[in-house]
Amino acid sequence: MKWEVVIGLETHAQLQTKSKIFCGASTAFGAEPNTQADAVSLALPGVLPVLNREAVVCAIKFGLAIGAKITERSVFARKNYFYPDLPKGYQISQMELPVVDGGSLTINVDGNEKTVRLTRAHLEEDAGKSLHEDFAGRTGIDLNRAGTPLLEIVSEPDMRSAAEAVAYAKKLHELVQWIGICDGNMQEGSFRCDANVSVRRPGDPYGTRREIKNLNSFRFLEQAINYEVQWQINEIEEGRKIQQATVLFDPDTGETRSMRSKEDAHDYRYFPDPDLLPLEITEAWKAEVKATMPELPQAMQQRFTGEYGLSAYDADIITSSREMAQYFLDTVAVAGTASAKLCANWIQGDLAARLNREEKSIAEAPISATQLAGIIQRIVDNTISNKIGKDVFDALWNGDGANADAVIEAKGWKQITDTGEIEAIIDEVLAANQKSVEEFRAGKEKAFNALVGQAMKATKGKANPQQVNDLLKQKLTG
Amino acid sequence: MSDLINASLRELSAALEAKQVSSVELSTMFLDRIEKLNPEINAFVTLDRAKTLAQAAEMDARRAAGDTSPLLGIPLGHKDIFCTEGWLTTCGSKMLHNFVSPYDATVVTKLKQAGLVTLGKLNMDEFAMGSSNETSYFGPVKNPWDTKRVPGGSSGGSAAAIAARLAPVVTGTDTGGSIRQPASLCGLTGLKPTYGVVSRYGMIAFASSLDQAGPMAKSAEDCALLLNGMVGFDERDSTSLQRETEDYTRDLNKPLSGLRIGLPKEFFGEGMADDVRATVEAALEQYRQLGATTVDITLPNSGLSVPAYYVIAPAEASSNLSRFDGVRYGYRAPEFTNLDDMYSKSRAQGFGSEVKRRILIGTYVLSHGYYDAYYLQAQKIRRLIAADFVEAFKACDVIMGPASPDTAFAFGEKSGDPVKMYLSDIYTISTNLAGLPGMSIPAGFGANKLPVGLQIIGNYFDEAKMFNVAHQYQQVTSWHREMPAGI
Repeated sequence: MKWEVVIGLETHAQLQTKSKIFCGASTAFGAEPNTQADAVSLALPGVLPVLNREAVVCAIKFGLAIGAKITERSVFARKNYFYPDLPKGYQISQMELPVVDGGSLTINVDGNEKTVRLTRAHLEEDAGKSLHEDFAGRTGIDLNRAGTPLLEIVSEPDMRSAAEAVAYAKKLHELVQWIGICDGNMQEGSFRCDANVSVRRPGDPYGTRREIKNLNSFRFLEQAINYEVQWQINEIEEGRKIQQATVLFDPDTGETRSMRSKEDAHDYRYFPDPDLLPLEITEAWKAEVKATMPELPQAMQQRFTGEYGLSAYDADIITSSREMAQYFLDTVAVAGTASAKLCANWIQGDLAARLNREEKSIAEAPISATQLAGIIQRIVDNTISNKIGKDVFDALWNGDGANADAVIEAKGWKQITDTGEIEAIIDEVLAANQKSVEEFRAGKEKAFNALVGQAMKATKGKANPQQVNDLLKQKLTG
Repeated sequence: MSDLINASLRELSAALEAKQVSSVELSTMFLDRIEKLNPEINAFVTLDRAKTLAQAAEMDARRAAGDTSPLLGIPLGHKDIFCTEGWLTTCGSKMLHNFVSPYDATVVTKLKQAGLVTLGKLNMDEFAMGSSNETSYFGPVKNPWDTKRVPGGSSGGSAAAIAARLAPVVTGTDTGGSIRQPASLCGLTGLKPTYGVVSRYGMIAFASSLDQAGPMAKSAEDCALLLNGMVGFDERDSTSLQRETEDYTRDLNKPLSGLRIGLPKEFFGEGMADDVRATVEAALEQYRQLGATTVDITLPNSGLSVPAYYVIAPAEASSNLSRFDGVRYGYRAPEFTNLDDMYSKSRAQGFGSEVKRRILIGTYVLSHGYYDAYYLQAQKIRRLIAADFVEAFKACDVIMGPASPDTAFAFGEKSGDPVKMYLSDIYTISTNLAGLPGMSIPAGFGANKLPVGLQIIGNYFDEAKMFNVAHQYQQVTSWHREMPAGI
């Protein structure tokens, strides 16, 4: 390998609190501009910040979920810079003592497990928005978002490809939703990534990095990193040095371009915010938060591979969201542990595909876990074939019937398992398809499949395929 | 009615309760005095007679309805650093010359609830940065004892208003001496409480870790009564302290026998004017006669208080004042070419030179590569200074010394030399750094019949004891009742 890619991500996850991090104004998305900007959000003279404990609870949950150290006494600091949508002229963030210290996430790329270390996660407030479109020659300022709580999650430079970076970002995205601290809505900016990218010869020290800002989809993250990596390699190979810089990704051109270089980087003049006391998190508070947390995806994966015999890959997919994992558990609860693997196949196969096609979340699935389990039970007890199962699935999806049994009954889809009945049909098929019979006997295996197909067609798919196979084989070879 | 001009709060309250005077009449009387004297003194920057009288009428109605709150119907002035709903709140700056606050500071709300009537807003050094009131955008306040001299600062308007009897009580704020030094120069009583006792919400921040609001009035008793109405935990201020309510007048009449007064040798060295020294010594002698003993103590790091303060306060100020950017409210330059130009022109035109100087100092000391050498170092000194006081209070109950090294100085005397000006607060700054309560009381007069203040520093939360110490002195002296000639 000629070049090694080194990537670290900084992710901003907007925390799901009702009110802002330092005042009581609402955080709901999409309100009319400045209707959620109270005196504190507007940074009127004299106003003061008061920390929202809910935001701290979110940070504690995250720290516990990634096995990090929760800092006993973390400190809020001011990051000073001027921007019209930053009303105080500084952002309240954390610098030297972040609330979450360390931790790690395990990712899976092409079947290879890898641990990505996290550096830290800290609480901070979001800025407002500058609106350039609606005001000719002027800029509108909307401070609804100003003061929305964010958790900035910083990874170590542990990723070695865009694919790994995307896998990490997805894993993080799954986790913050799993523990209920972030809605994960990337279009609304609730989850956005900055990527620090550099390249080096394997074994060399880290190369100079450039930071790609504000990537709000996994596709952009991948495209931007790939473009940036190629750009950096070209620069170096053509004899130029990489300059530390902040760059923006343009989704229209697929390119990154420099926004500012190191020379004009801000001096943010961080210092502890004298308006806020150090944030103290006791063991008791941690324990209290821990008690409210759901089983974590990693633990559930282990349980699914152990108790239910799923493959690591299947367990990973099934635990990609808490809703899906719950759906799986609900399905297995009805269908039985012995059918767990089949349940997993159905959920990540037909159900996931259909949800994806209709852009629905699993919570919006028109087919319940109990209904799906009903289909699976009928497949397992041979009442219907797997193929008919898909028809039953479609019928239930469309609301044609209350459960699998009702659909099977109404449609007359009960599988034919009467050997005599199937034999009669096979005889008819053999008589009508002498050519295929001869081809098979001449050694063309494919002809056998054609005959099976004909037999299934004659029964409208209701014959038990295994029985058809066996009987046909008997008749042709016997 | 003219005797009410010099009356104490208890006397005013009694007159109101006895229906000898209504709040509307009392407020009118002070407004009339302000109308007559303020053009010369320049203590008030904003007046609104209709609003004041409407509020007074409301308090009269409350009384008629049976309300007997002790301060009901008493007029007061607010330093223009406090946000007051519907009133201009300028902080002495062009930057906020047009800012009408949409909300009340917690102190303002509390005093409204206690029944006080707002007479108007009081002049001050711009953003409370100054010791002479010469940095106000609205012109300097004149010292009623000698109108060629400064009233001190930054609460100069507050101090002059009391000295000229334009209000019976006023609010002030003290970041490095801004209540005590003008109280000293104008011959009145003022107290900076323990940090965290009074809410800072709605008080425009200068240096957040040092700012504290307090009462200014003629006497310690009046200050105690006003402080009763100002204090209390405020959930909107994270640095506000949760404490049991206390009555600051409860210990006023305790005898002082056995009181140990600590005299830091650092407060009695060079730099103090002779007339100030003589007056302070005389006051200490008075205390000995009241049964107190004096003990020599030392505050070894107090010499570092001014340099430490002029790192920490500007650092916090440089950040606190960033919100004044011309974007959302306040002054915006009329012409600019782009965003950066709007920022720099608005701030260049909106801030005065002292404010700019401190923003520059603060920006410098927080900058990359200087932070450790200045800001962190100053914070270490701050802890040493606080530790000095902890040690000192093992040997005494209160600490005394001068509040200001000299009496009121002439306009222009120090304004050209910032360091000289900064040394005006040499005796007051260390208490802010330590978060301790500090007080200045009138102790007599120096040369040219200019008032001299005695500073009393108490241990944390010892305000009631300090009021007692001051009140006992005021029972046997009359300095606090003296009025400037021609007022």
